[in-house]
Amino acid sequence: MTETLLAPLAPKMTPTSAPFWAALEEGRVVLQQCDACEAWVFYPRPRCPRCLSAALAWKPVSGRATLTTWTHCPRPTAPPFTGLAPQTLAVVTLEEGVRMSTFLLETAGRTLELGMALAPRFVPTEDGTATLLAFAPA
Amino acid sequence: MGTQRKGAIVGYAEWPTVRRYDGPRRFMLEQWMDLAAEALADAGLALEDVDGLVCGTLREANMFVPATVVEYLGQPVKFAEFVDLGGATGTGMLWRAAAAIELGLCDVVLCALPGLPIPSNPDPRDRPPPEARWLGSTSNAWGSPQAEFEVPFGNVAQNAGYAMIAAHYEARFGSCERARAQITTQQRASAALNPLAAFYEKPVTIDEVLASPMIAEPLRLLEIVMPCAGGAAVVLASPEKAKRSPHRPVQITGYGESLTIKTPTFAEDLAVTPVAAAAATAFARAGTTPAAMDLLALYDCYTITVLLTLEDAGFCPKGTGAAFLAERDLAFDGDFPVNTHGGQLGVGQPGLAGGLLQPIEAARQLMGRAGPRQVRDVNRALVTGTGGVMSEQVALILEGA
Repeated sequence: MTETLLAPLAPKMTPTSAPFWAALEEGRVVLQQCDACEAWVFYPRPRCPRCLSAALAWKPVSGRATLTTWTHCPRPTAPPFTGLAPQTLAVVTLEEGVRMSTFLLETAGRTLELGMALAPRFVPTEDGTATLLAFAPA
Repeated sequence: MGTQRKGAIVGYAEWPTVRRYDGPRRFMLEQWMDLAAEALADAGLALEDVDGLVCGTLREANMFVPATVVEYLGQPVKFAEFVDLGGATGTGMLWRAAAAIELGLCDVVLCALPGLPIPSNPDPRDRPPPEARWLGSTSNAWGSPQAEFEVPFGNVAQNAGYAMIAAHYEARFGSCERARAQITTQQRASAALNPLAAFYEKPVTIDEVLASPMIAEPLRLLEIVMPCAGGAAVVLASPEKAKRSPHRPVQITGYGESLTIKTPTFAEDLAVTPVAAAAATAFARAGTTPAAMDLLALYDCYTITVLLTLEDAGFCPKGTGAAFLAERDLAFDGDFPVNTHGGQLGVGQPGLAGGLLQPIEAARQLMGRAGPRQVRDVNRALVTGTGGVMSEQVALILEGA
């Protein structure tokens, strides 16, 4: 069952992104927003990639997203993911407009469609050091 | 428009592309020397004529690559470049060489990309880590956004990224499955005539492509290049030096380059590729148009790359590539010759050297050296290169002088 799913590889976190990962540990999603131009920023950076302002603030967001693309992979995309096959990798667009890579859960019996609504799922890594942000049909 | 002093391809070397190489193993520097000797002999030029050099990555040096090659070859140069554009490295090398000649910086530029296996290292501490085999173009170094936000999700190497581009395209514009299978089939038919190709005399049918194993939906095994061994080199020369070549000089009259993202997750539009900007620049610089091309040599790491390149380079509107292809024959004697050597889908992909096989085939055709697959009356060609997962693309216009 998906409740017991563990992700095989942990992210290599950096000081810049620490608040993002800390929030996921608590089941929350936070994103950076630029105080100068209001752009939402993902992945985390020290400056805004639209205006280069360093005035970025972490803001709580809903974690709701829509499906931008996906691929169902009958074979593992890399050896560490052998236990997860078949994987459904996806690119999603959060309500704030930022994109991220992820994988989809709870897709059995669901027809995946461009733009379909998705809700966040929090998936711990096998080594217990991090929680990944996955998604499921809303 | 443009300058009068165009750089031209005057010779090349292309090693057979093979799936399993059982010949002698040589370091990449040693292969560089072999390729240089073959390409210069083909061009009718000597080592002492070379005053420019363009390199790609070397297994034997992480830094100072051009100086390392210059010293190894024993030939000082006035112009040196190191190009790091993945599959677009080959085409990126050629326009840099041509631009250096146009600027008068040098007269003869050597570009080489070795791709044979190197000797196996007896010291295990000196071998690449096992994950290097499955990471492909993905960086797993600490601080790399991919190590943090792609690798943990399984979005590694190239297959999943290209599949997600193809899936997004199909969700918006409808299935292109049959058109993609047609690309493989017609290119494999050309490769069947190419003795340098891994799939020489091995054509496939559309049904065989559609029956090949699904790797990452919607892409199947026979839509994906096969990793191979090989190697290639190109010599470019100024108009004066080109007179010494026995071949019709093939001028690079237009070139464009565009880099947008590393991972397509962050592409502004997943259905639009960087070749849109690169080709527009190249056509404008050459003062020509897609309709004027006699031959296309398009980078084809995957079938979807060819379809998107045709649309974005201006041969048909976005979303119509499948219908466009259904009415065309890509063979050397067809109405729309594309990748007459077989492309990498038919020749195989000898590492970075795969990105030199497209321009070499275009030059071969423009020189009239393509033998049984020679296209008639060929004077202008569009050549493209693609790096990463639609991360960076180069377009070249080649014209017979």
